[in-house]
Amino acid sequence: MSSAVQEPADAPAVIRSRGFHLYYGAVGALKGIDLDVPARRILAIVGPSGCGKSTFLRALNRMHDRVPNVRMEGTITFDGQDIYSPTVDVVDLRRRVGMVFQKPVAFPMNVYDNVAYGPRLHGLMRGRAQLDALVEQSLRQGGVWDEVKDGLRRPAASLSGGQLQRLAIARALAVSPEVILLDEPTSAIDPIGTARIEETLQRLAGDYTIVLVTHNLQQAARISDRTAFFLNGELVEEGPTETLFHRPRDPRTDEYLTGRYGGGGSR
Amino acid sequence: MTRVSFHDELRQLQEAIAALAVSVREVIFRAVQALEHTDGEAGERIVAGDDVIDRRVAELEEECYKLLVLHQPMAGDLRTIGAALHILIDLERMADHGVDIARTAVRLRGEKLIKPLIDIPRMAALCQEMISRALDAYVQGDAVKAEALVALDDVVDKLYSQVFRELLLIMMQDPHTINQGTQLLFVASHLERIADHTTNLAEAVLYAVRGERRELND
Repeated sequence: MSSAVQEPADAPAVIRSRGFHLYYGAVGALKGIDLDVPARRILAIVGPSGCGKSTFLRALNRMHDRVPNVRMEGTITFDGQDIYSPTVDVVDLRRRVGMVFQKPVAFPMNVYDNVAYGPRLHGLMRGRAQLDALVEQSLRQGGVWDEVKDGLRRPAASLSGGQLQRLAIARALAVSPEVILLDEPTSAIDPIGTARIEETLQRLAGDYTIVLVTHNLQQAARISDRTAFFLNGELVEEGPTETLFHRPRDPRTDEYLTGRYGGGGSR
Repeated sequence: MTRVSFHDELRQLQEAIAALAVSVREVIFRAVQALEHTDGEAGERIVAGDDVIDRRVAELEEECYKLLVLHQPMAGDLRTIGAALHILIDLERMADHGVDIARTAVRLRGEKLIKPLIDIPRMAALCQEMISRALDAYVQGDAVKAEALVALDDVVDKLYSQVFRELLLIMMQDPHTINQGTQLLFVASHLERIADHTTNLAEAVLYAVRGERRELND
């Protein structure tokens, strides 16, 4: 483990990052990250803009693969297997480790087909009834079923931002992932929509492993079990959320949380 | 920008609490002085003034809640406000003990004291010193200074035992002194309690500065 202040988790790690470095050209964006993602918990990653939190999240399902000039060192394992090993099927990895982005994207099709798209692509379902059931279950898990059940054939683009983001979560869930990565999923959503998404994530945490990158510190404090604080590409501190926000052990964490760090802290 | 103004407001809150502590010190000083002169009128003025401190405590508590709600502080800032709420309660209790001492001055109005008061004013002076140091430690975020208060509390405890024994001896020798002797015993007890409250202040400072929960007074 690196020099970051860390406390052991109460759940086994499904993803382990060890000595993980990532460079954009000559610039180091991640510097030797040693971090465990505990199973069926919510891990929040916080830190100022440019600290490497989104870069790290994207590395967890190999989203840097097609970015030119990116170089990586160290390992990230998922279920004990190195995800950057040449034998890994990236499509399968991304099915098992799903991603929800900051800006909810609706595929240009109706609500039903948005959710059914992944299962159809992966050939997961046989028959209409089974697909109907999966779509309903995914929308329920995404916490948006009640709002869309009477308009499954309506264009997804007609949904509100908050509904669309929950649709995106439902779409990620439809392919039976084990891990869901979320990159600032509520930054463009109003407070009520945000609350719904947070409830959804908390409900899902019993069955899925969730990694949430957020610049909303209150959100991390409200819903995550553990929080990691990144700064300048380094993991500074990681531990139970309550500890990190109440009595962080690294002075840099305290400076960031109290808004004293370089003026870059956002609230 | 909001952060800057929040930290200004937090600083102002700490300074306002320090100013309140000066008023509490003053109550203790004046109460013991009224007692030394068995000055009932001075005692009554102190009793009447207690409302002012109670109101100020309530106002500053409100201020704490306002900062919590509006700024949702975290880490060190959160602990500084949490500690403030504790400190306010302790300051209010200390003022109440001071008022109780003033009430004793009212009860003993014009009486001749059964002995010249030496250790009680000494205890009072120590209590005042402890309050000042505790609040300095809070405003400066100085945990070491807070820890050092324990030594002064020990001195107050020793003085309390001394006063207790001395008064007991006087009462045993002359039963006529029992009424006043008992009153003075209560006064010493109030001062001993005030010193204990200042160790609570010190504990609040340790919590604010280091996030540490530790009993200083065991």
